[in-house]
Amino acid sequence: MEKSELKVNEKDIVVPGEVLAQGMSYLPSEGTYRKGEDILASRLGLVRIDGKVVKIIPLSGKYLPKKMDVIIGRVTDINFSGWNVETNSAYPAMLSMKDATDDFIRRGADLTRYFDVGDYIVTKIYNVTSQNLIDLTMKGPGLRKIDGGRIVFVSPTKVPRIIGKQGSMVSMIKKATNCNIIVGQNGIVWIKGTNPEDEIDTVDTITKIEQESHMSGLTEAIKKFLESKGRTVVVEEQMQGGNDEL
Amino acid sequence: MSYKKRLDGRKFDELRSIEAKVGVVKNATGSAYFKIGNTMAYAAVYGPRDLFPRFLKDPKRGLLRCNYNMMPFSGMGERVRPGPSRRSKEISMVTEGALLPVVNLENFPNSVVDVYIELPQTDAGSRCAGICAASMALADAGIAMKDLVGAVSVGLVDGQIVLDLNYDEEAYDKGDVADIPMAYIPNMDKFSLLQMDGKVKPEDLIKALELAKKGALEILKVQRNALKHRFEVVKNE
Repeated sequence: MEKSELKVNEKDIVVPGEVLAQGMSYLPSEGTYRKGEDILASRLGLVRIDGKVVKIIPLSGKYLPKKMDVIIGRVTDINFSGWNVETNSAYPAMLSMKDATDDFIRRGADLTRYFDVGDYIVTKIYNVTSQNLIDLTMKGPGLRKIDGGRIVFVSPTKVPRIIGKQGSMVSMIKKATNCNIIVGQNGIVWIKGTNPEDEIDTVDTITKIEQESHMSGLTEAIKKFLESKGRTVVVEEQMQGGNDEL
Repeated sequence: MSYKKRLDGRKFDELRSIEAKVGVVKNATGSAYFKIGNTMAYAAVYGPRDLFPRFLKDPKRGLLRCNYNMMPFSGMGERVRPGPSRRSKEISMVTEGALLPVVNLENFPNSVVDVYIELPQTDAGSRCAGICAASMALADAGIAMKDLVGAVSVGLVDGQIVLDLNYDEEAYDKGDVADIPMAYIPNMDKFSLLQMDGKVKPEDLIKALELAKKGALEILKVQRNALKHRFEVVKNE
């Protein structure tokens, strides 16, 4: 067998069809495929090489539902056995009564007492079928109906950058702006502060992260951005040098 | 063989000047702009999203739905009637056919990826420009693709094989003209679009397609650069 060889470097931007590696000793992972002995990119994104595994971190795209993801959804309808929820993906989600609450609900009871049409909820995907139908649950820490605040839509591929390493980015913003933030894996972000100014600054910060998410030194840039808004930023211990969690 | 010099002074194997840009429509999941000579194409991709009408749903894979449209002012002075016509329906269909071999929609059952191609200005080669823009827009939308598609037209003007015909050449009246729009997938070494208007000898067709391949590869280079550039702009700031 010929010698295996990488054709790209870590963090290179690649386009579909580009040859990433040659030879059978590398393994194709997410966003790549094998053609003959070569590994080719199938998505637009950044290359990530993990030992012998080559994968692509996408830079764009819609949300594809994944099991155990915590998302923010909007209740679109109420039916006999529960609620239909819109998830910012191509597929509808279903929250059944038994997964929504421990309460005993009598047949024909008014379900709007729990969630009404138009309500936003923080919820968890507990199952995705082969046809991408989504089952939701409200059982878990922090899963609840959203009350007040504002909703921001971001690209789902940028969510890991907004959250940061072990939530470092989001907790930095939370502390700096005194806002409560919940980031759904599906790209919906909920922000609630005590006054509108705090909320607007938070929205601006999140928009900035979204725009510059693939740059290195992001934490530093966001820190400066928050300071330019007159916010005091406390950098936590675990965040040091943790700006490249891609 | 009296076509010795091209009407716009290009070499016989020379493309018109190309411009490509990605991310031009903010509301779309992915979008691109492609200009070749005086032909401009915008493509906007929406989805994967819920598919209506529901009877079109395919539980095995997602659907790719293309729509080609020339804007009313895009022609040579006369108003082009926009919307579905026999011509635009056909071009939408062949565009879909040209892109389908590369897109992988198996992870998106029952859904649709909508591709809207709008042409604000045309000077021949509009379906090729549309396919080029659409292939970039699909990649920008984060859709899994085996490769990008490059499309260009070749033709025979009065016996001479030329690359990337403009309208004046297509309408050349001092000799026979054959116009062959084609789309090329480099990884598979396959043509995903091949149409023809006019007459051509089999040996000339082979020669023409070899030339078209070269042209398509040049276009693909521009497409790749445009896609990479979209994110590098911010990276290097």
